[in-house]
Amino acid sequence: MTEAAAVAAESLAGSKARAARTVLGQVVLPGEELLLPEQEDVVRRCGDRLLVTKCGRLRHKEPSGGSSGSGGGGVYWVDSQQKRYVPVKGDHVIGIVTAKSGDIFKVDVGGSEPASLSYLAFEGATKRNRPNVQVGDLIYGQFVVANKDMEPEMVCIDSCGRANGMGVIGQDGLLFKVTLGLIRKLLAPNCEILQELGKLYPLEIVFGMNGRIWVKAKTIQQTLILANVLEACEHMTADQRKQIFSRLAES
Amino acid sequence: MAAERKTKLSKNLLRMKFMQRGLDSETKKQLEEEEKKIISEEHWYLDLPELKEKESFIIEEQSFLLCEDLLYGRMSFRGFNPEVEKLMIQMNSKNKAEEVEDETVELDVSDEEMARRYETLVGTIGKKFVKKRDRANYEEDENGDVQPVKTKKMFLKPQD
Repeated sequence: MTEAAAVAAESLAGSKARAARTVLGQVVLPGEELLLPEQEDVVRRCGDRLLVTKCGRLRHKEPSGGSSGSGGGGVYWVDSQQKRYVPVKGDHVIGIVTAKSGDIFKVDVGGSEPASLSYLAFEGATKRNRPNVQVGDLIYGQFVVANKDMEPEMVCIDSCGRANGMGVIGQDGLLFKVTLGLIRKLLAPNCEILQELGKLYPLEIVFGMNGRIWVKAKTIQQTLILANVLEACEHMTADQRKQIFSRLAES
Repeated sequence: MAAERKTKLSKNLLRMKFMQRGLDSETKKQLEEEEKKIISEEHWYLDLPELKEKESFIIEEQSFLLCEDLLYGRMSFRGFNPEVEKLMIQMNSKNKAEEVEDETVELDVSDEEMARRYETLVGTIGKKFVKKRDRANYEEDENGDVQPVKTKKMFLKPQD
């Protein structure tokens, strides 16, 4: 058995192990090997080699300059598309409270199991002063513990004890689900879609990294328009988008 | 008699705290060292040569936060939720740290404003020390500037 495995490993090594720099921007498939001694994401280390585990385009970010001259290298990751969310520590997500049991709330975040949220993890909450959270409320929080071995835990408070916008999301509005890639695209630093949306009418949006978006506008019709536009803009080209926005701005 | 008793007492008893209070510090240290030896001899260890850990320059990360500079997830446009708009400026400037300088300039009050405030301040505090009769005069002229008291009412002698 061990001999067969050794042979398989050699044959894999024989097939091209490309330098990551040459593959930037191209589609990579699971099982491909990359050569580069720097930080990685969505790519798993197999002994000394780097194997891709998801299909998508390979992206790279140069390390941002700073005081440290010999800091870590750049970041490589695979930009893939998926709808299913896997809880990751530090991610801000929108969750729905499904149950209240003793001192914790069970929050559905779209992962394999519901996350637990302690009632003390809100700003200004003490044992006597409980937060006003009911079953069915929307919560915006971040993960404190999220790995494949344990139940994910989230909190609505940052390391200093301040809320920073986290906590129960207000009344009304509409929650809908999109792909994870769209969320990342919308939250990119210079997103045109958001700037154009902001010019249309007053609105409030909350993005959760688990693929959930909550929108609220003054009337129900405006809210529905927003939801439809955001869902559709994933598959539209820039021109189509501009057409739609100009039509909306006129009406 | 005392010497005989010491030899009969067991080791465990001697290790107890109430027995050690009377001991010298040296004997205490010796006892501690003996205990440590016993404990360390019981520890298991591998009898292998030292393996060098391979230095790896690669770190695996699960989250996308490092990869892409993502903005803060809560947004509000055109004043729908002023608190969220304040948060947006705060959180997004944490990444850039450019706007902090602008904010400090706005906090300082300009000199003109200070002068204006002091003008009205003199009047309001002046009211405090004015007697009741004269307060009527003050209230008449309350357009912004406070004019001083005009004439004091004197006793008028009746004319026959």
